[in-house]
Amino acid sequence: MSEPLLLIDGLKAGYGSVEVLRGVHLSVDKGEKVVILGPSGSGKSTLLKCIPYLVRPWSGEIRVDGELVNSDPSTLRRIRSSIGFVFQQYNLFPHMTSIRNVALSLELNRRLPRQESEKIAYSVMSMLGIGELAGKYPLELSGGQQQRVAIARALAIDPKLLLLDEPTSALDPELRYEVVETLYQVAKQGRSMLIVTHEVDFAEAAADRVVFIDEGVIVEEGDAREVLERPRKERTERFLKRLRSKVGNAAT
Amino acid sequence: MDLNRFLFEILPYLAEGIPVTLQLTVLSFALGLALGSLLAAARVFGSAPLSVVARSYIEFFRGTPLLVQIFFIYFGLPALGVKLDAFTASIVAIGLNSASYQAELLRSAIKSIPEEQYLAAESLGMSTLQTYRHIIFPQAIRVATPALVNEFVALVKYTSLASIIGVAELFRKTEYMVSYTFMPEIYLVAAAIYLAICLPTSQFAKTLESKYAIPGFKRALI
Ligand SMILES: Nc1ncnc2c1ncn2[C@@H]1O[C@H](COP(=O)(O)OP(=O)(O)OP(=O)(O)O)[C@@H](O)[C@H]1O
Ligand SMILES: [Mg+2]
Repeated sequence: MSEPLLLIDGLKAGYGSVEVLRGVHLSVDKGEKVVILGPSGSGKSTLLKCIPYLVRPWSGEIRVDGELVNSDPSTLRRIRSSIGFVFQQYNLFPHMTSIRNVALSLELNRRLPRQESEKIAYSVMSMLGIGELAGKYPLELSGGQQQRVAIARALAIDPKLLLLDEPTSALDPELRYEVVETLYQVAKQGRSMLIVTHEVDFAEAAADRVVFIDEGVIVEEGDAREVLERPRKERTERFLKRLRSKVGNAAT
Repeated sequence: MDLNRFLFEILPYLAEGIPVTLQLTVLSFALGLALGSLLAAARVFGSAPLSVVARSYIEFFRGTPLLVQIFFIYFGLPALGVKLDAFTASIVAIGLNSASYQAELLRSAIKSIPEEQYLAAESLGMSTLQTYRHIIFPQAIRVATPALVNEFVALVKYTSLASIIGVAELFRKTEYMVSYTFMPEIYLVAAAIYLAICLPTSQFAKTLESKYAIPGFKRALI
């Protein structure tokens, strides 16, 4: 492939005077699914948020489909409208029904009439098996349902790239599977995805590549199965061991 | 007291004050809401100096007695060349005062909307204006409604202060009737009328609130 869909080069970012990302290089090709793993506080969310400038980087370059991301409002709006973002805590708009949540960006960014955008929104929701939730308000839904609506909201604009920040970690274990199912479904459609998740099974089955990040730098990356089964770096190995024992505990 | 006299003389006389009381309340509340929104906007979105101006205004009107403000606007402003009749002066004074309270409760309602809502809106490519219009304000106004209704009900009672500069509202009428009949129990009738205005207003607000409440919101809080 000629040019990666997402190219991150020398990214540094932080909060106040605390540096969180200390020079991150990462690329995602078209259609590629990349899983980011890493301990709590390592900067995974910050990395994801930097891509559509939800957090302003300190330095470094981010390119989406060749276009340099910067703070120019119209550039930002265009780039954000081509990226879907799914938050750990769903962040749905509680005063709107699910379908309004999903349709809103089509109306505001694509300038589609309400009816048409709701039609598209409904078809995305049905595709994810949540069509019957269209008229419900977010706070009437379970966490798993809210997250699936949030995924539909991110997909409504048919984004080039889908970013997901631990989409299942706020959920009770018994609610996770329905969101993981949805993730498999989205992954199968060939959309480019960058996912922070500790669902190792999902990573193994669906990801092309796994990136392990610790203390603001990428420690190891490579073919998903390779990294998960035969990590080369000791830090990665330790982390995976702990993760698997945690998952084991949760299952018993 | 004699029932006939009460029904055909006292009550009708007091009742003449009710529309005046209601007009004072509604108009000063509306003035307070309009100015309060501007002040809240100045504090939330304004530049530093603008925000300081708004804040000083709010501190001043909250930190001085309403009665003093009414006197100043009615008796003090003419010295500066602005002469208002008692009714208008009352509305202006109560409205300017209420604006300071309404500004603060609107501001805190806006501030109560979590940062994540802004992030989600931004992530969808919404402009700042769209974010406030479609996401923040509709939620903030629901948060603010109960407090706004409280403020309205409080104003019903505060308008009785307008009697002091001679506005013929409910309390002024009551006082007149008491001094005319020497029956202080008429104060109780006035109190009952105030209550009869305030209680249904609160009740109406509760209905409105539950009608426009964000579905599932209460459940989520519990
Ligand atoms: N808005 C913020 N303001 C200040 N510090 C922050 C903010 N967000 C994150 N941090 C800090 O930056 C560091 C990295 O946070 P980040 O959320 O990117 O980590 P993470 O890898 O996503 O962790 P987790 O697995 O817990 O979600 C942490 O030390 C965190 O406390
Ligand atoms: Mg995180």
